[in-house]
Amino acid sequence: MTKLPTWADVVLVPLISLLLAALVSALVLLAIGQSPVEALSVMVKGAIMSPYGWGYTLYYATSFIFTGLSVTVAYHAGLFNIGSEGQAQLGGLGVALCCLFLPWPHWSLALLGAMAAAALFGAAWAAVPAYLQARRGSHIVITTIMFNYIAAALMIYLLVDFLRPQGSMDPASARFPAVVSLPKFHELPLIGDFFLRYTPDGQVRLNPQGLPMYQKVPANISFFLAILACIGTWILLWHTRLGYMIRAFGKSEKAARYAGISAVKITMITMLISGALAGMMAINNVMGQAERLLQNSAEGAGFIGIAVALMGRNHPIGVFLAAILFGFLYQGGAALGLETTIPIELRIVVQGLVILFTGALDQMVRMMLGVFFRPRQA
Amino acid sequence: MDYATLLQMLDTTLRLATPLLFACLAGLYSERAGVFDIGLEGKMLMAAMCAGSVAYLTGSVWLGMLAAIGGSLIFALAHGLASITFRGNQLISGVALNFVASGITVLVALALFDQGGRTPPLEGGARMAEITLPLAETLRGVPVLGPFYADVVSGHPILVYVGLLMVPATWWLLFRTRFGLRLRAVGENPASVDTAGVSVKRLRFAAVLIAGVLCGLAGAYMATGLQAGFGREMTAGRGYIALAALIFAKWRPWHALWACLLFGFFQSLALRPDVLANIGLKIPVPALDALPYVLTVIVLAGLVGKAIPPRAGGEPYVKER
Repeated sequence: MTKLPTWADVVLVPLISLLLAALVSALVLLAIGQSPVEALSVMVKGAIMSPYGWGYTLYYATSFIFTGLSVTVAYHAGLFNIGSEGQAQLGGLGVALCCLFLPWPHWSLALLGAMAAAALFGAAWAAVPAYLQARRGSHIVITTIMFNYIAAALMIYLLVDFLRPQGSMDPASARFPAVVSLPKFHELPLIGDFFLRYTPDGQVRLNPQGLPMYQKVPANISFFLAILACIGTWILLWHTRLGYMIRAFGKSEKAARYAGISAVKITMITMLISGALAGMMAINNVMGQAERLLQNSAEGAGFIGIAVALMGRNHPIGVFLAAILFGFLYQGGAALGLETTIPIELRIVVQGLVILFTGALDQMVRMMLGVFFRPRQA
Repeated sequence: MDYATLLQMLDTTLRLATPLLFACLAGLYSERAGVFDIGLEGKMLMAAMCAGSVAYLTGSVWLGMLAAIGGSLIFALAHGLASITFRGNQLISGVALNFVASGITVLVALALFDQGGRTPPLEGGARMAEITLPLAETLRGVPVLGPFYADVVSGHPILVYVGLLMVPATWWLLFRTRFGLRLRAVGENPASVDTAGVSVKRLRFAAVLIAGVLCGLAGAYMATGLQAGFGREMTAGRGYIALAALIFAKWRPWHALWACLLFGFFQSLALRPDVLANIGLKIPVPALDALPYVLTVIVLAGLVGKAIPPRAGGEPYVKER
């Protein structure tokens, strides 16, 4: 098989994979009697053609950046962490406990506390599968899947029996106090101006107190923390001794062992970081948006992290771009559900196809591309 | 707990264990041949949707079953293509196919019936009839064993019995035939099979397709036997429980049967919290739901003997040049 130049491997392979996934999705749409062109235009219009759409797209993207980085870090150590979903649920529990039971004077302090709690709980949930992989050689994929289910059961139990306020029927915690509410994009200086509401004649719409009115969006300052997390992950993986050890271990366990890198230590540390990143997603969805802990708070974002990491070629820049793409897919999918008869489940199909083409059929894509990069015969 | 309740629970256990058993045996073939199959869940779901839709449209449960096998086989082929032909990551392929199945089943069911992703309820010939085994009523008078035979063993759709028969059949095929020997060898040491002049790819595809057929039967049973129609996400993690049972059984057919019956029993317990409350145990229902997964982790931790998967599992075979 022809070896591809690096730029083709990094840029073309994910793009072709994405195109193939889109093509198959279009065929599926045609098969159920819908128009792929209409679907795409509704998605584009709903997700990126208005500041309001971006407010949702970036909200989803924030969660996906965290889970994508979580999968990425584990991947570099040769570990396939399917457990980001469960770790994100537990992160949500950490955030909820932190926000409900500690008296915070200001949201900024609460944010620091919640981040620590989310990371701690997420890492704790990754610790057992990590230990079993490191010490017992039990396959991390199977154990993390099991831990996703155990997390779901645990959350139902805790929400119904402990965190549910008296007299409430739905399995959710009480609302967090208003003081821990994170600033949303429309409440921030400068950025907020994008979300001003206008009257038909172009004037800024004012409320009865004479203050400008904003379109409410869920994107919040955790988006900037997600960017910081990208930079942090990049520094960790490529500019620290630990990152070097993680990557060496992932490339060749035998060589890493020979170089004196402890397999147990690297597996544990990597999975703890991975779990912490997945857990930190909760500051976006639990603290930033829902402002209470709901059942199934992660809503599959942990699994999307797999697609994001694969699509982003396990590099923080790639993860960032892929997360925005999936944010677009999620918000666009929601617009489809509202405005057309195309079911919202289309986005799960696209997500699955992207994982399939980028993660499992990448050799096929390379073979297809290899035809164009064959060295010239002399 | 009186005897009648116990019989009722065992009856439910057998019903709930059957889809687990089919899926578990499917995983057994695939993984014994060295192809990990996380995608059992997706194949079952796809099969359930095909069975529910076709059985409703044609009024024939058997055409539904064929469609189920067909739907499941398409996913099995995709998995084979990704993990055998193109030597991709088998785990990622399985995960991906689960997502595709989860979405596409709802899309198709909505497009066909527009009932919120369900198929309309099946009736009459579109459902799998329950079979009364011979002499069930005459033997009912026999103490203890009579009611057990009449209530637990008898009175299930035919696929329950097919599932039970698949256990010895699988054992015989894997451990007493040449095909079985090669299939197991290809999961342990594919190079040796290749050296003997047998195609590794063909054997692995055979295993993956057998898994597809079995998952098809599991899905058909779920949609037309266990329940009357397909509902979105109706497999509810059973593919993963089957995977857990497979590890619990350490990749052996008879043990797979016991593991599936055990996990089926937990599921039936989770449906009857009153039974546990009556004998003075207060176990929350979520804990029962989580029990199969916790048990699997304990097995994986090596606390109940070591679970060693087939040696070449998960590795694509590259023929040397």
